[in-house]
Amino acid sequence: MIPEPFEYHVPKTIEEAAQLVAQFGDDGKVLAGGHSLVPLMKLRLASPRHLVDIARLDGLRYIHEKDGRIEIGALTTHYRIESSSLLKEKCPLLPLTAREIGDVQVRNKGTLGGSLAHADPAADWPAAAVGLGAEMKAVSTNGERWIPASEFFVDLMMTSLAPGEIVTAVRFPVLPPRSGDAYVKHRHPASGFAVVGVAARVTLDDKGHVQSARVGVTGIAPVAYRASGVEQAITGKAPTTKNIEQAASRAADGIEANGDLYASAEYRAHLVTVYTERALAAAAEKPGNTN
Amino acid sequence: MKVRIRLNGNWREDDVEPRMLLVHYLREVAGLTGTHIGCETSLCGACTVLLNGDAAKSCTIFAVQADGAEITTIEGLGTDGNLHPLQQGFWEEHGLHCGFCTPGMILAAHQLLGRNPHPAREEIRHALEGNLCRCTGYQHIVKAIEWAVEHSGDRQAHQAAAAQAATTEPALKR
Amino acid sequence: MATKLLGERIKRKEDPRLIQGRGHYVDDIKLGGMLHMAFARSPYGHARITSIHTEAARNAPGVVAVLASGDLKGKLGQVPCAAGMKGLKVPHHPCLAEERVRYVGEPVVAVVATDRYLATDAAAQVEIEYEMLPAVTSMDKAIESGSTLVHESFGDNIAFRDQLEGGDWKTVESDSSVRVIKQRLINQRLGPVAMETRGVVASYSPGEDTLTVWSSTQVPHILKTQLSLMTGIDEPRCRVIAPEVGGAFGSKLNVYAEEGVACFASKLLGSPVKWIEGRRENLAGTIHGRDQINDLEVYYKPDGKVVGLKCRILADMGAYFQLLTPAIPTSTPLMILGCYDIPCVSVETIGVFTNKMATDAYRGAGRPEATYIIERAMNMVAHELKMDPVDVRTRNFPAAGKDVALATGVTYDTADYQKTLKKVLKISRYPQLRKEQQRLRKKGKLLGIGLSTYVEICAMGPSSRMPAGGWESGTVRVEPTGRVTVLSGASPHGQGEQTSFAQIVAQELGIPFDDVTVFHGDTAQVPMGIGTFGSRTTAVGGTAIYVAAQRIRKKMARIAAHKLEVKPGDVVFDEGTIQLKGGSKSVTFKKVAEEAYLAKHLPPGVEPGLSETYVFEPPNFTYPFGAHVAVTEVDEKTGEIRLRNYFAVDDCGRILNPMLVDGQVQGGIAQGAGQALVEDLIYDENAQLLTGSLMDYAIPKADLLPWLETANTETRTPVNPLGVKGVGEAGTIGSTPAIVNAVADALGVRHIDMPLKPERVWNILKQSARPGGEAA
Repeated sequence: MIPEPFEYHVPKTIEEAAQLVAQFGDDGKVLAGGHSLVPLMKLRLASPRHLVDIARLDGLRYIHEKDGRIEIGALTTHYRIESSSLLKEKCPLLPLTAREIGDVQVRNKGTLGGSLAHADPAADWPAAAVGLGAEMKAVSTNGERWIPASEFFVDLMMTSLAPGEIVTAVRFPVLPPRSGDAYVKHRHPASGFAVVGVAARVTLDDKGHVQSARVGVTGIAPVAYRASGVEQAITGKAPTTKNIEQAASRAADGIEANGDLYASAEYRAHLVTVYTERALAAAAEKPGNTN
Repeated sequence: MKVRIRLNGNWREDDVEPRMLLVHYLREVAGLTGTHIGCETSLCGACTVLLNGDAAKSCTIFAVQADGAEITTIEGLGTDGNLHPLQQGFWEEHGLHCGFCTPGMILAAHQLLGRNPHPAREEIRHALEGNLCRCTGYQHIVKAIEWAVEHSGDRQAHQAAAAQAATTEPALKR
Repeated sequence: MATKLLGERIKRKEDPRLIQGRGHYVDDIKLGGMLHMAFARSPYGHARITSIHTEAARNAPGVVAVLASGDLKGKLGQVPCAAGMKGLKVPHHPCLAEERVRYVGEPVVAVVATDRYLATDAAAQVEIEYEMLPAVTSMDKAIESGSTLVHESFGDNIAFRDQLEGGDWKTVESDSSVRVIKQRLINQRLGPVAMETRGVVASYSPGEDTLTVWSSTQVPHILKTQLSLMTGIDEPRCRVIAPEVGGAFGSKLNVYAEEGVACFASKLLGSPVKWIEGRRENLAGTIHGRDQINDLEVYYKPDGKVVGLKCRILADMGAYFQLLTPAIPTSTPLMILGCYDIPCVSVETIGVFTNKMATDAYRGAGRPEATYIIERAMNMVAHELKMDPVDVRTRNFPAAGKDVALATGVTYDTADYQKTLKKVLKISRYPQLRKEQQRLRKKGKLLGIGLSTYVEICAMGPSSRMPAGGWESGTVRVEPTGRVTVLSGASPHGQGEQTSFAQIVAQELGIPFDDVTVFHGDTAQVPMGIGTFGSRTTAVGGTAIYVAAQRIRKKMARIAAHKLEVKPGDVVFDEGTIQLKGGSKSVTFKKVAEEAYLAKHLPPGVEPGLSETYVFEPPNFTYPFGAHVAVTEVDEKTGEIRLRNYFAVDDCGRILNPMLVDGQVQGGIAQGAGQALVEDLIYDENAQLLTGSLMDYAIPKADLLPWLETANTETRTPVNPLGVKGVGEAGTIGSTPAIVNAVADALGVRHIDMPLKPERVWNILKQSARPGGEAA
């Protein structure tokens, strides 16, 4: 319950933050909402000597639409995403995902950037990030770069952020016409984390067939992944129950699923096919209803 | 480190260790023990407070992170004679047994009603997912919140009258 | 007549302070110069301690003392066990581990520092070297000869064997129509998880040689006696206070090592010492519940009549005994026949040591296990005979009546099991549910309907049958101002007896409810007591208060009659006055109270003052009963379960406050649902605890439960004058089997083990999907 002592730093600019992070190296950690890091510190599973609190960099709290993309500042809380009317219209997968995270208190404080940088394999955001092909903006003393989600998550709790890099923004493609989003999740009964979480975006052509599908899966493997086999299988087909079921059966292809006390690898691999079905069906239903 | 926090309406300044959790600050430094600690893993919600108006788990925030913030604890919500409708609802509908989870429950419910003044039962249950109670089975908590929904006007009317009295009085003095 | 209070829905006196955050739990208590204690605990399930290095911890900032077992030797007694039975092997249970550790979380070193943070830091700097030993966690393995031994000196891992026999088994064996079902049932290990963890503040005053202890306990008086014995501080100089207690469910019906060490440290250092348990410590080192393996044989006839029940109970004790550890599973055989007239019974109970935390009383304590066994048995018979579970139950109910004796040797105070069953079938619209189930089946949807008709043993209990006394004390004192103080030896912690006891006294004395204040939990205030557990507080403690109030009434009637110059038998108490029947003469209650203390005009032979203490010794337990119906949906693809409806009819005797009864039943159902659906404390084969935090150990959240439809019948018990039976555990006992029966029903299988995790259900669905599978 009680973390080890640390020094606390409050940079005034992102440049200053990047400098501090570079300076402390492995001894330092970036603190945003704190809802991924502080729980670990309380259990002394993480004991950084320096915390660089970027939460006061208000410039990192925004939701913009520009050039067919949604850009969200890293400090934007899950709740702000959940309740954003812009996102409900332009990128509904994000509010749909946000509302499934933790609980209301966690969503009020936890941030998009913090959660992604933490790279918990059972977190919700990676499904949407990987599924939609999000890009993370990483800032360091050497400048900035955008990292595609497919390269961002490296392993269990590990990202491709270089030492000294801070995630400052994330961008996602907006919902194209004739498209629908869905996120479905099997929650762990204790932790609330995703045993399986599937994010889907389905675009239909004018005949009502699937023009494109994007499927991101979290919870079952060390890192979130895109179920490309499913995407390929459903593309060009009518989103019928049978077609969806057939496509979804490939959701765990080539994946070595995690097993734990709650759900074995075999069961998780099964769950992901059912949840992929549900996600695809829900996403494919929406364009018909709304457009 | 120095922190300045507006706690239940009053600014205070304290010197705290950076690692001090907000819940320990509230309980040990400020002496407000209505905020409880029930787990170590940010799950039980017994430590819920309002941080700048939003429900937050004070066990997962360092006091230094709350520098400059406004915090409402259960002690700041309502007191004898002027109970908040949620407090009254918990009393009316037997929304508590041992009372340990209650302050957190009430503040989580406060957040819910702030965003959704007329929630359905399922919405109430969903809004309590971050708060554990081992005594009640939650049903009377749901009823307590429904009671507060039905009676939320009572206190507003009462407070509006009180506020009016408060604003006219100094004017007269001047 | 005075305002009727008994039976009314009256808001709680406890609540105003609690809804404002003004109650004081142990961690809210602050004393001048208070020190904080933290423990270094065993990370291993079984190991030899080869060395302990405390220098770093001693030199850490703020540290005042570091204590290991050697520091306590001869100065602090061991953790007590009150249970005694023939042939019981009682392990030595030091407060800090001596040469060996035997479960994960066992306290080894205590660190006392000026601040909670510093104590935690220093405890992390204690270096303990261990030599790991093989551990035993499976009871099946533990009872094999040649097993790893938890306590080598015992020669085996068997703590006790107990046999219960009843009826004439020859008639069963010679009847060729009798069939048998054999089934292993698992009553898995659970964590009580009161929202407030344990905690203690011990404050020793060297000058006065007095010890005051605030503890989150259900049994302050027992704790006082035991701490006196452990520390050697003279009992009159010991005082225990149970302040607000944030839930317990049996887990605080105990005396724990940390309490002993806190008292020892306070005496050693001459300063108050506080210890507050963390949640991980709580899951590892506060008693666990259940953990039985039940190998069951049900003997039944083709018409559904059950003629015999055999069971071997393996009851996991853990590594050491806490206060009642070995006594808990002995209630399982007593209640194993449930509410059925089954002529033959044979139960062997074996207490087994393993490298785990001790089990002990957890809500129901031995009876939920029994109810689960018998209610599963009834459904298994129905399954085999393709009968409606309702019909199997009614075929086996005894005739309604009082003093119904069963083959177990237990005599139920009242029995009318048809009454609650009929009512629950009505409110659940059972026939319609069955029709809906058929309709959905045709569409491939799995709906399950589960029934349980339970009887439990409550109001613990006659002292002759209890390990540490079964009476309870009640004091009613009318103060000179006419206001009334009530003291109870029971120690409620959420159940609401500050309210229901005030209802009893105010009604008996014809005074306003607000004029009565109830206190409990302070041994310096309450002369004697046992505590709150076993659904006993109102039935036993309430009766003590009721009788004490009647005695006060009698005395006040004499004083009033003397003043009014009438006969004591002719006065009545009403609305704060004592008056001659008909009302022609009267005196206020307050005036009579004042007179009792001024003592100028008392009738001859009447002592001054108005204080009566009564100690109620119940002649028997009570046996509340009820009937529950659970309706569950099973997702045919994933095995996920949704509890869709829940109906409960409980008969807990006379109801003093229906709101409190509802609260107890609902909370109980939630806990029973927890065992059925999600809760499971798991140790691996190395005795590592795998569910050591609330990230892994699930307890019910608000969305696990449907709207609970509850109702009652009231069959008063003759065991106490209030007619109250007790209701604290009913919901937990009734709900677990109802839910499991519902899911087995949905799946069309004879049995499925708890908790009903989706994967477990899915495994059955997979099997039944194959040709020749069991489910429809």
